[in-house]
Amino acid sequence: MGDRVDRGVLAIGGRRVWWYAGGTVLVLVAVLAGTMIGPAGPVWWRVPLAFAERMPFSPIDSGVSSAEWNIIWQIRMPRVLLAGVVGAMLSVAGASYQGVFRNPLVDPYLLGAAAGAGLGATIVFTVGRSATANWPVDPAPTVAFIMALAAVALTYLVGAAFGVARSGVTLVLAGVAMVSLTTAVQTFLLQRNSEVVREVYSWILGRLSTATWGDLRMVAPYVALSTVVLFAHRRHLDLLRVGDDEAATLGAPVARIRLIVVVAATLGTAAVVAVSGLIGFVGLVVPHIVRLIAGAGYRLLLPMSLAVGAGFLILADIPGRVLSSPAETPIGVVTAFLGAPFFIVLLRTRSVDR
Amino acid sequence: MIEGAPGHDAHVAQMSLTLEAVGVRYGRTEVLRNFDGHLAAGEWLGLIGPNGAGKSSLLRAIVGLVAYSGSIRVGDEDLATLGRHRRAGLVAYVPQDPVVPSDMTGFDYALLGRSPFIGYFGSESRTDRRLVADTLERLGLASFADRPMGTLSGGERQRLVIARALVTEAPVLVLDEPTSALDIGHQQQALELVASLRAEHGLTVIAAMHDLTLAGMYSDRLMLLHEGVAVASGSVAEVLRPETLAEFYGVRVTVHHDPDGTVVVIPRRHDLGADLRVGDPGS
Repeated sequence: MGDRVDRGVLAIGGRRVWWYAGGTVLVLVAVLAGTMIGPAGPVWWRVPLAFAERMPFSPIDSGVSSAEWNIIWQIRMPRVLLAGVVGAMLSVAGASYQGVFRNPLVDPYLLGAAAGAGLGATIVFTVGRSATANWPVDPAPTVAFIMALAAVALTYLVGAAFGVARSGVTLVLAGVAMVSLTTAVQTFLLQRNSEVVREVYSWILGRLSTATWGDLRMVAPYVALSTVVLFAHRRHLDLLRVGDDEAATLGAPVARIRLIVVVAATLGTAAVVAVSGLIGFVGLVVPHIVRLIAGAGYRLLLPMSLAVGAGFLILADIPGRVLSSPAETPIGVVTAFLGAPFFIVLLRTRSVDR
Repeated sequence: MIEGAPGHDAHVAQMSLTLEAVGVRYGRTEVLRNFDGHLAAGEWLGLIGPNGAGKSSLLRAIVGLVAYSGSIRVGDEDLATLGRHRRAGLVAYVPQDPVVPSDMTGFDYALLGRSPFIGYFGSESRTDRRLVADTLERLGLASFADRPMGTLSGGERQRLVIARALVTEAPVLVLDEPTSALDIGHQQQALELVASLRAEHGLTVIAAMHDLTLAGMYSDRLMLLHEGVAVASGSVAEVLRPETLAEFYGVRVTVHHDPDGTVVVIPRRHDLGADLRVGDPGS
């Protein structure tokens, strides 16, 4: 200190190890809690024993029947892991979007990913039932995924026509227009086919409850690709924090970075929206929680958003399955219920930075 | 340099800056016409002129933020032909009102200046970090290294922006009204820092400045821009003349020459003479 710089700054990433350890513990605890609690199945404390029993050479007898084990492994586990993957992806994508648009109030649905997915699902449920009857894949998530990507691509083209290269603002405005347009078409379709309104809404409001290992296999490649690309751009996201102009004078290809990050974040977001519906506030609130506790540098922000996002959504999914049992409270409702008040507190403190 | 500290701090090669027939237009509006200028290595050129004269556009052309016609060379290298990283390693930019992430530490902020030397997927090496640490120590900014930028005063921040520019080791420093947001004490601190860096490293400096007296104090030469054209150029005393300033700024000034060579520009009230007559019963 004083006239010397603390030589701790020379160590690269030395202080991050403890954060990573904490994030890992959070995720493990959430996974364990998520598999232990549910309306059916074995007594909660037998669940860890059941995992231990299935380790190689384990001497433990957990007293969990094979039917109960099926509940743990075929119902709870995919649901917990899907919640984790979705929460992680939305949070990482949200943090990245906030970075390239230098706007803390941006979420990964900004450019129309969720609205496009919702419209895609609506089309399948209303006019596309017979047309998709013979499809080899589940039509709703497939069409939702394609429509999500199409909506964002259209937003980008519209924004680019008005000079997206120099500023993210035109892109954000194009996104607002795209969401309005998509929602209008969706509302029109629902008005004409009011018998499927309930079905469409329960699809849109978040559906972790029907998660299968198949869902996980479907999203995993997109989420993995998206996460790897976004993590590779952490230094660039930090550089963009000084604004487009200054970043450019420091040698950053600003427009290209923005395009790559948006494409990667959109790919992952579209994939998770297609299997889980619209789960609001996670992508907005989790990065801000992480900024408050760990700082806004992207080196730490992205990995911690991944861990906290996964842990948050796994834990947020628990009350939904027990509170109104046997009915399910949609996960999108729970996250909005927890996220909205937090958001208001956040606006009051304003201790967050772009 | 601090005793015992190994000399790892910024090392700058000396290079000249040459501008030939540089023009900038935004759409149909031509904001800079046919600008010629040559700065020898280690020279400080001050750009003055009323708002909208084209000073910022010229500087933004040099750092590559706007398209331009003509040619801009650092040493023998034509900036238009260089990649982003090479260009960023030749020309460093200190904007008037830098965007400063409030929770980024002074060290991490200055470290951004090493970006031109890092590959697309790379990150800062230990050497980069040591260079930044040593540079901050030598500039007397070490105590800001682990402080968030948001807790620093405007002047302290601007000195870190200058440190960020220095660690790029660019031979040419472009300052766009670097001190106009600061009070007089911090203005002096920031400009003294640039002046000492220039003396030590032979930096070539081109600076747009609002305050004519400060511009005169720190520049070797001045150029006065008016509506996109260089209308006066030369030594400080040649450019800062009351008739010239009256013509292009539309101001009444008195220019005072200190015995030590400092040129002081004092604005005058237009109706000062009338006031004096009213207040003086003898006339």
